[in-house]
Amino acid sequence: MNSVQLHEYMSRTHQRRKWVDRWMSGLLFLAALAALVPLFSVLGYVIWNGAGYLNWDFFSKLPKPVGENGGGMANALAGTCTLVATASLIGVPWGVAAGVFLSEYGDGKLGTIVRFATDMLASVPSIVIGLFVYTLVVVPMGGFSAMAGGVALAIIMIPIVARSTEEIVRLVPVHIREAGLALGVSRWKVILRIVLRGCVSGITTGVMLAVARVAGETAPLLLTSLNNQYWNLGITGPIASLPVQIYSYAISPFDEWHGLAWAGALLLVLMVFVVNVLARLVFGTGGSGRD
Amino acid sequence: MVPEEKLAAVSAVQNVTAHSHREKHFSDRLFFWFLRASGLGVLALLLSIGIFLFRASQPAIEYFGWNFLSSQNWDPVAKDFGALAVVFGTVVSSVLAMLIATPMSIGVALFLNELAPRSVARLAGFLVEMLAAIPSVVYGLWGFFLLAPWMRSTVQPFLGEYFGFDFFPIFLGPPYGVGMLTAGVILSIMVTPTVSSICREVFKAVPRANREAALALGATRWESMKVSVLRASRVGIVGAVILGLGRALGETMAVTMVIGNRTEISSSLFAPAQSMASIIASEYPEAAEKLHLAALAEIGLLLFGVTFVMNAIARLFVWQVKRRVKG
Amino acid sequence: MTAQNSNSAVLQIRQLDAWFGQHHAVHGVSLEIEPKTVTAIIGPSGCGKSTFIRCLNRLHEEVPSARASGQVWLENQDIYASDVDPVRIRRKIGMVFQKPNPFPAMSIFDNVAAGLKLSGIRRRSVLREVVERSLRNAALWEEVKDKLTAPGTSLSGGQQQRLCIARALAVQPPVLLMDEPTSALDPISTAKIEELIQELKREVTIVIVTHNMQQAARISDKTAFFLMGDLVEFGDTSTVFTVPKEERTERYITGKFG
Repeated sequence: MNSVQLHEYMSRTHQRRKWVDRWMSGLLFLAALAALVPLFSVLGYVIWNGAGYLNWDFFSKLPKPVGENGGGMANALAGTCTLVATASLIGVPWGVAAGVFLSEYGDGKLGTIVRFATDMLASVPSIVIGLFVYTLVVVPMGGFSAMAGGVALAIIMIPIVARSTEEIVRLVPVHIREAGLALGVSRWKVILRIVLRGCVSGITTGVMLAVARVAGETAPLLLTSLNNQYWNLGITGPIASLPVQIYSYAISPFDEWHGLAWAGALLLVLMVFVVNVLARLVFGTGGSGRD
Repeated sequence: MVPEEKLAAVSAVQNVTAHSHREKHFSDRLFFWFLRASGLGVLALLLSIGIFLFRASQPAIEYFGWNFLSSQNWDPVAKDFGALAVVFGTVVSSVLAMLIATPMSIGVALFLNELAPRSVARLAGFLVEMLAAIPSVVYGLWGFFLLAPWMRSTVQPFLGEYFGFDFFPIFLGPPYGVGMLTAGVILSIMVTPTVSSICREVFKAVPRANREAALALGATRWESMKVSVLRASRVGIVGAVILGLGRALGETMAVTMVIGNRTEISSSLFAPAQSMASIIASEYPEAAEKLHLAALAEIGLLLFGVTFVMNAIARLFVWQVKRRVKG
Repeated sequence: MTAQNSNSAVLQIRQLDAWFGQHHAVHGVSLEIEPKTVTAIIGPSGCGKSTFIRCLNRLHEEVPSARASGQVWLENQDIYASDVDPVRIRRKIGMVFQKPNPFPAMSIFDNVAAGLKLSGIRRRSVLREVVERSLRNAALWEEVKDKLTAPGTSLSGGQQQRLCIARALAVQPPVLLMDEPTSALDPISTAKIEELIQELKREVTIVIVTHNMQQAARISDKTAFFLMGDLVEFGDTSTVFTVPKEERTERYITGKFG
C-alpha cells in the first residue's frame, strides 16, 4: 500500500470515524446527564413531598398515635443529636489521634497495616457494624440503648475522621516541623501546638463530613438504639432517631406518616448538602486539589 | 512537581521520624504511645468485628455446618436456616447494579475528564459527589414511593413484552415493582458516584502526552480516549468496579426498602427477593429465637468476609495503578 | 482558494499567532518550509518554539484555554480555514514528542500499526508490511523484529523514541514535526536519531524544535531563531550560524544570553 492509496483510504473512512466520534461524545454526555437525573429527582421529590410537613410541629411535637393527624419528630431529632454527640465523643478523638499517628509515624510497616485496617474498617457495611455492636454492647447491657447506637456510629466515624485528618496533616510542610524541633521544643508540643493548630479548620471539616455521614445512618441503629415513640431519658434506653423514624414511617401504611418521612428526608438532605458545600469551600476543590 | 523535591521531602520525614521509638523525653514517649494505641485500636476494632461475629454465629455454624451455605430454606418457624437464597439475592442485585453502573461511570468519568469544559466538569463533578452523600434511607424512600411504582407501571411491562423469553425467563412474571430489578437499579445509582470518581482518578494518571500522541496520529477525540486513556486504565477500572461491587454487596437500607423482602430464589428479576444485608435489617430487630439470631449473625459474618476480600483486592488494583504512575 | 502553487514550499505559515489564555505566546510569525529539508527551530526556553510547532498540526488548540489564528498552507489548503477538520490534517503531519510516549498496554507492533488500525485497516498482511517498513525507516527493525509482541514501554528510552518515529511514519505523512525529540535521551541514542533524521529527509519534510544549537547546526538545512514569541531570523543554517543578520541571533548563538 503506497502513500497515495493509504491517504485515499483514510479519506474514505474519515466520515465514518467522524460520525462514531460524534456519536460517542453524545453518548458520554448523555451518561453524565443520566447520572444526575436521580439526584434532581430525589431532591425534587423530597422537597415537593416534604416541605409542607416541615413546620413548627415537626420540630416541637412528639409522634401522634395511629389515626390522629399532626404530630412531629421532635424526639427523633433530639435522639439523633444525642446519638451523634455520643458518637463524636468517642469517634472524633480516636479518629483524630489515629490520623495523626498515620501522618506523623505512619511511614513504617505498622503505619501501612494501620492504614490498611482503617480503609478496610471504612468499607465494612454499616449493617455489619450494627451486628457487631449488638453483640458487643446490646447483649451485655441487656437491651437496645442510645449508648449502643452511639458506639456503632462512632465506629463508622473513626476511619473517616482518621483518613481525612491524615491527609490534612500531611499537607503541613516538613520544614515547619523541623523549625519547631530546631527550637528545642519537644515533639508532642510541636505536633499539638504547631502542626495541628494550622490544620484545625481542615480537621473540623473532615469531622463535619463524618457527622453528616453518620447522622443519616440507619441500618446499624436498627440493631442498636432501635426506636422509641416518646421522649428518651438517658442513654441506657432505646432512643428514637431521624433516619430510623423515616424508615418506620415509610413502610407504614399511613399517608400522614409518609409525609413526615419525606419531611425528615428533606431535613437530612439539607444537612448533608450544607455540610458538603461548606467542606467544598474550605477545601477549595473538595479535596481533589491535592498533588 | 519535581520528583527530586518529593524524594527529599520523603526522606526528610523519615529522618524526623526515624528515632520516634526512642524518644528521649517522657512526655514525647507518652504522646507517641497514645497515638500508637489509637492506631492499633483501629486494627483491633477490625479484628474484633470478625471475632465477635464468629462467636455470635457459633450456634448456627455448629447446628447447620456447611449446609448453611447450600440450603435455600429460610424458615424461622421451623428453625431451618440456609443462606443460599440471600447470597443469591445479594450477588444478583449487585451484579445487576454493576452492569448498569460500570458503563455509566466510565461514561461520566470520560465526559468530565476529557470532554467537558473545566467549569462544567467542576460543577457536575460536585453534583455527582453529592449523589454519594445522600443517605441510604432517603434513596430507600425515593425508591419505594417513586422508582418501584414506575418500574411496575412502565419499565417492567415494557421489558416483559419485548424481552420476556421463555427460554431466558428473567423478564417474565408479574411486575411487582419492588424486587430484584428495582434493587439493582437503585444500587447502580448509589455506586455510580464511587466508581466514577475512582475512574476519574485513574484517567487523570494517564499522562497528557499519551492523548496527544494519539491526536497527532490523526485520531478523533473518541479514538484518542479509547487508545490512550481506556487501554492504559484497564487495571484501574477493574479495581474501581470491584470496589463498587463491594459497596453494592453491603448496601442495606435502600435495598431493604425496595427488594421486596421475600427470602426465595426466583428466576424472574421482577420477583421480590432478599439480600444478605436486607434480611439482617428486616429480621434481626424482631428475631427472638437464639438460632434465628445466630443464623442472621452468620450471614453478617459472610457479608463481612466477602466485602473485606473484595475491598482488599480492589485496593491492590488501584494501588498498583497509583504506584505505576509515581514510579 | 487562491493559487498557492506559485512557489515550491510545502508549508507556508502566514501571520501565525498563538495564545495561552491571556498570554500571547507566538506573535505573527510567517515562514516557508521547503520540501525534503530539515528546518530547525531554535531559541531560549519559553520563546514559543514548541507552541509554534504545535500550531502546525493544530495540536496547540487541544490544550484548555489555548487558541491560535493565522494561516498555515499545506498542499493548497489553509489548515486554519473554518471548513478544515484538524483530524484530517494531523494524518498528513506527523509528530514526535519531547518524551517518548508509546501507547501503554500496547505491543510494539500495535503501537506502529495504531494509525492504520484507527483508519479501519485490519488486513494483517498490509499491517505487517507497513509495520516492517516503518520500523526499518526508523532504524529499529533489526533490534525489535523478534519481539514485536513485547510491550512498547519495555524498550529503552532511545528505542522508544524511534518507535514513536516509526508510529508517526506508518501513516506516511509528507511532513514530520519533532518537538525536542532528543532532549530526554542519552548521547548515543541522540546520535542515532540525528543520523535517522538525515535518512528520513529524503522522503519527508522535517521541522524540528531543539534547544541544542550544535544539533541544529549538525542536522538542519534551514534555521529559524525565536525569541519571546517573535521570529527573529530565518535562513540557511550555515548563514544563520556564521553570519547572522540580527544582533540578537548572534548574541544567542555565541552564548551571550539564554
